[in-house]
Amino acid sequence: MSFIRLEPRGQASKTMVYVTPLLAVALTLLSGFILFLAMGFDPLKALYSFFVAPVTSVRGVGELVVKATPLVLCAVGLAIGFRANVWNIGAEGQLTLGAITGGGLALAFYGEGGWWLLPLMVIGGAIGGAVWAAVPAFLRLRFNASEILTSLMLNYVALLLLNYLVHGPFRDPDGFAFPESRLFEADATLPVLWAGTRVHLGALFALLAVAGGWLLIARTFIGFQIKVIGLTPAAAGYAGFDQKRIVWLTLLLSGALAGIAGMGEVAGPIGQVTAGISPGYGYTAIIVAFLGRLHPVGILLAALLMALSFIGGEAAQIAMGLPKAITGVFQGMLLFFLLASDVLIRYRVRFGARRAAA
Amino acid sequence: MNDFALIGPILAAMFAAATPLLFAALGELVVEKSGVLNLGVEGMMLVGAVCGFAVAVQTGSATTGFLVAALAGAATASLFAVLTLFLLANQVATGLALTLFGVGLSALIGQGFVGIPLEGLPKLYVPGLTDLPVVGQALFGQDVMVYLAVAAVPLVHLFLYRTRAGLVLRAVGENHTAAHALGYKVLRIRFLAVLFGGAMAGLGGAFLSMDYTPMWAENMTSGRGWIALALVVFATWKPVRAMLGAWLFGGVTILQLHVQGLGIDVPSQLLSMLPYLATVLVLVLISRDVARIRLNAPACLGKLFHPDA
Repeated sequence: MSFIRLEPRGQASKTMVYVTPLLAVALTLLSGFILFLAMGFDPLKALYSFFVAPVTSVRGVGELVVKATPLVLCAVGLAIGFRANVWNIGAEGQLTLGAITGGGLALAFYGEGGWWLLPLMVIGGAIGGAVWAAVPAFLRLRFNASEILTSLMLNYVALLLLNYLVHGPFRDPDGFAFPESRLFEADATLPVLWAGTRVHLGALFALLAVAGGWLLIARTFIGFQIKVIGLTPAAAGYAGFDQKRIVWLTLLLSGALAGIAGMGEVAGPIGQVTAGISPGYGYTAIIVAFLGRLHPVGILLAALLMALSFIGGEAAQIAMGLPKAITGVFQGMLLFFLLASDVLIRYRVRFGARRAAA
Repeated sequence: MNDFALIGPILAAMFAAATPLLFAALGELVVEKSGVLNLGVEGMMLVGAVCGFAVAVQTGSATTGFLVAALAGAATASLFAVLTLFLLANQVATGLALTLFGVGLSALIGQGFVGIPLEGLPKLYVPGLTDLPVVGQALFGQDVMVYLAVAAVPLVHLFLYRTRAGLVLRAVGENHTAAHALGYKVLRIRFLAVLFGGAMAGLGGAFLSMDYTPMWAENMTSGRGWIALALVVFATWKPVRAMLGAWLFGGVTILQLHVQGLGIDVPSQLLSMLPYLATVLVLVLISRDVARIRLNAPACLGKLFHPDA
């Protein structure tokens, strides 16, 4: 028989749950080393300029937090859904909608805002994202349509909608026809929390999402229902859990969080509505959710790592002329290695031929 | 008056626009029939697109380009196959990873090839037939890949429903435990199916970059891989219906390009939403019939199989 076999463990290994993400990171770095070597770069120097140099300054650490903020907000919501087998992969679109509704409010009240404008924009962003996520929820429950495909299609629709708006209704009237809105006024801009960096109030929202997500998962009946539905849908049915309600709840929640993330981008580091508000945060958040073990605290750590891959990609592009696309390759590899090494949680690797059954 | 003259070119363009979807959807259909759900179609198409394009530019041979594209698609798919079949990774998560990886990898490979023009494939010309009004160009004036995609439809159908290997593949997709008990190599059969799906996605991608556009741009498939996945559901896992679906979407794509030409004033971005909205619409229309989906979907679709468990 085969030389290497997988033997089921009696019980899932608790140690491996924590070991495999580290193993995946190590394997990704190793592959990065080989990749840089193959591309003709000095691999150590390249890895240093990618993963270390960007965070050697206060500003760099601040950028790390800025990039991690939307990732955490999106991933916490996605993870809660994934736990219940609700595959929302439309965070990118929901983030975009949040930027449109939140940013739209900033533009609508341009010049006549007040202290109330920012809270209104947060609520508006959350509603925008939630409405966008409500579509796949409704289509799954009413028409049995796969939320994977519908939520993904809506990503493209949201991006095109944003593109239309910045070329049309949202365009700066004094902006020489550039496809971008006016710069937001001070009362529509999230305050900077850490002087000398761009870290903004959104980072606090992200921490609140982590705490709230943990409470929901670990300390509420709804969290328990989500867990049961995810593990054994049939048992959840016998227990009389309302699965429809869980689908609604997880999609609306993840949509609202992604919407807040999008609003935070336009009212934070960007400061206006433009056609390019996200380098794919909504997609990367899927990786963050898995890497963080679908747990809010794990997600926080995973988001910082993924944020590093974004700013590392930019830094390496400037320092060594590495292509920016390498960020995506690293992110994809990391998820691959994680999924591959996860087999160790439930199986042991055994070498040698199988002994004949007695 | 002009509108009538437009129908010929629109019809011809529709078949061309449908071709990448048809390749990818037929491949994924076979994969799903074997009980595997590979959501990485978009990633495999992109890798096929960039590899085919790069090779075609460097060798000057379109045939080599398409062959390499199919191999590259299959190689990308083999990553998915190893992870889901032998390391028992979640198929949904792995498929997503494959797409994210494919987007990044293709952009990396393709960065030296952006903006390089390539000559598309020559079009068929049959004196008399190609000059026929309305249908001439659409039916007798396409290039070889368009005809190949259409020819693949009966081939896949015959394979699935008229050969022993096809029967075994379907059995594996319907009940892998029973197929295993009968002595069929479930994992090997699924592995081959996934490779075939990758090769077809690679061809679909390469058709875009080497023939339809023809040039390379990052993320140039713009969701076609996902639309192909939706087409498989729309087709209720039947090859001929997948072809009709692909034509429908080819039509929507072309319609969107011509609406403005017809003097209807709608912003281009809103028109570009049409294929995506149409995808959602057809998914809803087909999925609402739960019994029909349950009857046609392979019963083991997306389920993991471990021979020792």
